[in-house]
Amino acid sequence: MDAEAAKLLGAGLAAIGMGLASLGVGNVFAKYLEGALRNPSAADSQQGRLFIGFAGAELLGLLAFVTMIILVFVA
Amino acid sequence: MAAESGSKIDPMHQFLIEPVFGQHWVVGGYDISFTNSALWMVVTLVVFWGFMLMGMKGQLVPGRGQAAVEMMTGFVKNMLTSNIGPEGTKFLPYVFSLFMFILIANLLGLLPFGLIPGAHPFTITSHLTVTGVLAIISFSIVLIVGFGRHGFHFFSLFVPHGTPLVMIPLIFVVELMSFLVRPFSLGLRLFVAMTAGHILLKVLAAFVITGLNAGVGFAALVSLPSLALMIGITLLEILVAGIQAYVFALLTSVYLNDAVNLH
Repeated sequence: MDAEAAKLLGAGLAAIGMGLASLGVGNVFAKYLEGALRNPSAADSQQGRLFIGFAGAELLGLLAFVTMIILVFVA
Repeated sequence: MAAESGSKIDPMHQFLIEPVFGQHWVVGGYDISFTNSALWMVVTLVVFWGFMLMGMKGQLVPGRGQAAVEMMTGFVKNMLTSNIGPEGTKFLPYVFSLFMFILIANLLGLLPFGLIPGAHPFTITSHLTVTGVLAIISFSIVLIVGFGRHGFHFFSLFVPHGTPLVMIPLIFVVELMSFLVRPFSLGLRLFVAMTAGHILLKVLAAFVITGLNAGVGFAALVSLPSLALMIGITLLEILVAGIQAYVFALLTSVYLNDAVNLH
């Protein structure tokens, strides 16, 4: 396999990471909604934590994207 | 813009920084020309300034403009007080400017200026240099406030209460790493979220254009669904623009909370 093909294959494989991160993001919001519907009065005060969790989960997916971009354009 | 060079899709061209007036001004080995990035920063500043001027009359009964400005300041102030406590209002000027700058820059980058011939939209937050500097400013304020208020006691941030004595060296290293990685994750998140969204939009735009060029059949099969998807993605990008600005300000206030109150 030549280097160029390996790079593009690696970039494609890195895209799987973004799909996995989407599971995480979905999980964060699903669990928040589940809790919020059980106790709506406490939901608003936890919105900050919701977005911190969202940011953490999303960052890992974005790292996969960075890996992809580096493989295609830099490496 | 996306399909400039024939059928070759070039979604990265939109991130090119180039001088607005055509020539480079090089002074002492540094290129100080007025670039499109600088131009859109000025546009962001002007829009922000105009927005603030609407609410600076200070009437007892707020008008439309003042209500809008007070809503935004109230939103950021509420975020700061709920995260840091009553002392959080000291950081309101910084966090509010940060939030509004990122929000306006994100939204301006999404405007369809490409429809005007010769005009190129540019998202300043899609560059790591810009978001990195914003993150470094936030991190520096955290360090200055932390060491200013607590001195070397600030290092107790890295050893949570009730850590067993054996675990302290390990926990210290782990907490220190998670602390030091904050500016990177802060800057990287905003930069990558904006870059990814804009690449996606341009790739879809290229599908629309190449589909139209390839004949009626391709136009109906490829271009129309792509255009519909583009409209949906644009709405999603507006949501992302808001969320990323909010997350940046929120994480800044969470980190400031560590500096002000320790654990």
